[in-house]
Amino acid sequence: MAVCVRQSRKSIINHVKAKMGLLGLTCLSSSMPSLNNDHRTLSAASLAKDLRNQNSVLENKPILYRTRRFDSTKPHQRSGVQSNVANSQFLDFPGGKVAFTSEMRFISESPKERIPCYRVLDDDGQLIEGGINVGKEIAVKMYSDMATLQTMDTIFYDAQRQGRISFYLTTIGEEAINIASAAALTIDDFVVPQYREPGVLLWRGFTLEQFANQCFSNRGDDCRGRQMPIHYGSKKLNYLTVASTIASQLPHAVGVAYSLKMDGKDACAVTYFGDGGSSEGDFHAALNFAAVTEAPVLFICRNNGWAISTPTSDQFRSDGIVVRGEAYGVRSIRVDGNDTLALYSAVRTAREMAICEQRPILIEAMTYRVGHHSTSDDSTKYRPVDEIELWRSARDPITRFRKWIESNGWWSSEAESELRSNVRKQLLDAIQVAERTEKPPLVDMFTDVYDAVPSNLSEQEKWLRETIKIHPQDYPSDFPL
Amino acid sequence: MATIFQGLRGGAAAALTNSIDSKKLLSRSTRRSLSERKVSFPVVRSDGSVNLNPGGSNARARRVDQLITNAVATKADSSAASSTSKPGHELLLFEALREGLEEEMDRDPHVCVMGEDVGHYGGSYKVTRGLADKYGDLRVLDTPIAENSFTGMGIGAAMTGLRPIVEGMNMGFLLLAFNQISNNCGMLHYTSGGQFTIPVVIRGPGGVGRQLGAEHSQRLESYFQSIPGIQMVACSTPYNAKGLMKAAIRSENPVILFEHVLLYNLKERIPDEEYICNLEEAEMVRPGEHVTILTYSRMRYHVMQAAKTLVNKGYDPEVIDIRSLKPFDLHMIGNSVKKTHRVLIVEECMRTGGIGASLTAAITENFHDYLDAPIVCLSSQDVPTPYAGTLEEWTVVQPAQIVTAVEQLCQ
Repeated sequence: MAVCVRQSRKSIINHVKAKMGLLGLTCLSSSMPSLNNDHRTLSAASLAKDLRNQNSVLENKPILYRTRRFDSTKPHQRSGVQSNVANSQFLDFPGGKVAFTSEMRFISESPKERIPCYRVLDDDGQLIEGGINVGKEIAVKMYSDMATLQTMDTIFYDAQRQGRISFYLTTIGEEAINIASAAALTIDDFVVPQYREPGVLLWRGFTLEQFANQCFSNRGDDCRGRQMPIHYGSKKLNYLTVASTIASQLPHAVGVAYSLKMDGKDACAVTYFGDGGSSEGDFHAALNFAAVTEAPVLFICRNNGWAISTPTSDQFRSDGIVVRGEAYGVRSIRVDGNDTLALYSAVRTAREMAICEQRPILIEAMTYRVGHHSTSDDSTKYRPVDEIELWRSARDPITRFRKWIESNGWWSSEAESELRSNVRKQLLDAIQVAERTEKPPLVDMFTDVYDAVPSNLSEQEKWLRETIKIHPQDYPSDFPL
Repeated sequence: MATIFQGLRGGAAAALTNSIDSKKLLSRSTRRSLSERKVSFPVVRSDGSVNLNPGGSNARARRVDQLITNAVATKADSSAASSTSKPGHELLLFEALREGLEEEMDRDPHVCVMGEDVGHYGGSYKVTRGLADKYGDLRVLDTPIAENSFTGMGIGAAMTGLRPIVEGMNMGFLLLAFNQISNNCGMLHYTSGGQFTIPVVIRGPGGVGRQLGAEHSQRLESYFQSIPGIQMVACSTPYNAKGLMKAAIRSENPVILFEHVLLYNLKERIPDEEYICNLEEAEMVRPGEHVTILTYSRMRYHVMQAAKTLVNKGYDPEVIDIRSLKPFDLHMIGNSVKKTHRVLIVEECMRTGGIGASLTAAITENFHDYLDAPIVCLSSQDVPTPYAGTLEEWTVVQPAQIVTAVEQLCQ
């Protein structure tokens, strides 16, 4: 069910789309959320004084000259410099006109106020005035999937602790980011994840059995036993296989968006990363590229405060990730990552902007990593336990959303206990079955390195089989050959 | 037969675009052979038929003729001038690359190019010249300077249906993309359980050039050869450049195509008909009986230079351009080893961990019984490539060293 306010926006977009064609749209800035233009500047005279007391806000930024680089995939003449008007207060530098000023001002390294965070549900799950609505069906599915994700995390984490799987990584505290963003996308939007976004797969229909199979690396695993647990991937659901490398997926997302752009598809690429991942070189390059190539990609940053043991204060000194968008020429927004409705509407809007205007959008979702980084980590060693507890209970996104759907009469405690027990039972069954399922056969070690198995790998496989035959006691007996 | 080295001789038609002194390249190595007798030897074409060089032409042209590859479809001809009655057309190596690229882009709309200055500038070695005008600046994409990013972008685009060709302005720059190439390009087909394919071609000029400095003289094939999941090929003539380019684009696997900075202006007559070269095959340059010389890329020409001297001295070397660096064409190499029982590897890589080192290991493992002598591998030293011209020359294997090595090997 569509959202009231959004419908009008959507119909404007559809109307304009129909008139102008997908790529020929001008910026619909009047109907979009306002862009935050605050800047603090320092004058030379006040350098010696305390930075926080001296500020003059620059109201109007100089207008940057910008050409639309790709009118189409057909070749065209490169447009020349548009204006030759000589103006003594401006100069045509490469890249555009820049106004002069005789006052020496350094732009401050930090704003007086941080960029505010978009939220529509308050801590008690009450809609703030002026907020938006979603329909019952989507709301209930969002809630159920969040609760399922939370249960799945708990049970798989315990399975790791019991030694049944070797590794696991939870999404506790970030369920809203996973599910709400997934709900706001279509199945055609290609997802390029980091590793803390299994909820997107869950929303799209990845079954609990499939999750279990991947974690147990058995024959039913889509990855054929080749990757660690939680490295899910599904071509069918347009979700790229998780790679352990941090932020390397960001340029991939730009490539995916480039591919979608070439094909003129009504879809965008969506990629996730954390506050830590934003320090990688690939982050910088990907954002820059996306802006230059005008690629329809959503960059969703899960700023959860911690990169294993590194807090954000040691990760960067900027005002989070959202301010970096402007530095690359990318439109950005900061959202309360634990507010399901705010995320849903922000991602929905961002998606439309990305596709209609063929531009990247950066969304910084503020949240907290309630769980440890992974099963190899004990976060109580580097952060206070009461801080973790606060975010786990009082600020839990699932509870907050539950209050809202209950206030609408769409949920009840009976439904809750039924859901939880069903999911729990399903998961325990899935784990039992996955544990007993056969492991992938030996031949899977050598296939898919290339499209066809080359001779050297066939030889290596033969050699390995011979070795196993000669020394069967040195190899696991339950391993299928 | 058409003359290959016109460009390198500094002929009027083929002016070099980069700072390479062509005359010095050839004259230094051929000075010694000017005084020697002319000897003709048979040239075998890639289809196996043999053409004997007819006698009578001037010494210089014939020497050049004898140094050419034999893979050209036209018959051997003593006259150096090209005539319209001959089949095929003449072009330089970089043009051959472009021709292959253009044919594939015409054939398949998913093929696209990305790299620094590949668009309207036409690429730093002009391989993509004119393509942006023809296909648009989205399909021939100029990227900002971030090799890891546009390589990653190529990988992402490949996984969702495109067939990108990523150009590294110099292969050495692709070291910045190593993470993407190793961890993602090579791996994602495997770790995704075969769900996502990455039919990407990564290409660019590498090798030791003419005083380009240490950072621009890298031999990346050493570093990349270990990465599972990728294929590597090195082109050395306009014929195989075009053929390998086309084959690489059509391959479903990620392929790294190594070009050499100093070979872009080689001229050759190539067929008008469409053809592709097999990615996993080596190329028989000159069959022989006494010793197998394995080489690739630019060293092929130093080897052929040395072959001329060796033939005059009565040796009969078999020269194979291995072309496929990963995997090795052990079939052709093996047959050669079984015939000659002696192997000399001539490469531009450094001593430690180069292609030669791997090839030595592979041959020893597989054909040890057929060897009458230990394998000799001539490589560059384990030093960064110095800038000074003389020092740079000494760091690359020269024909004289090849001759000496063969003489020692055949004792």
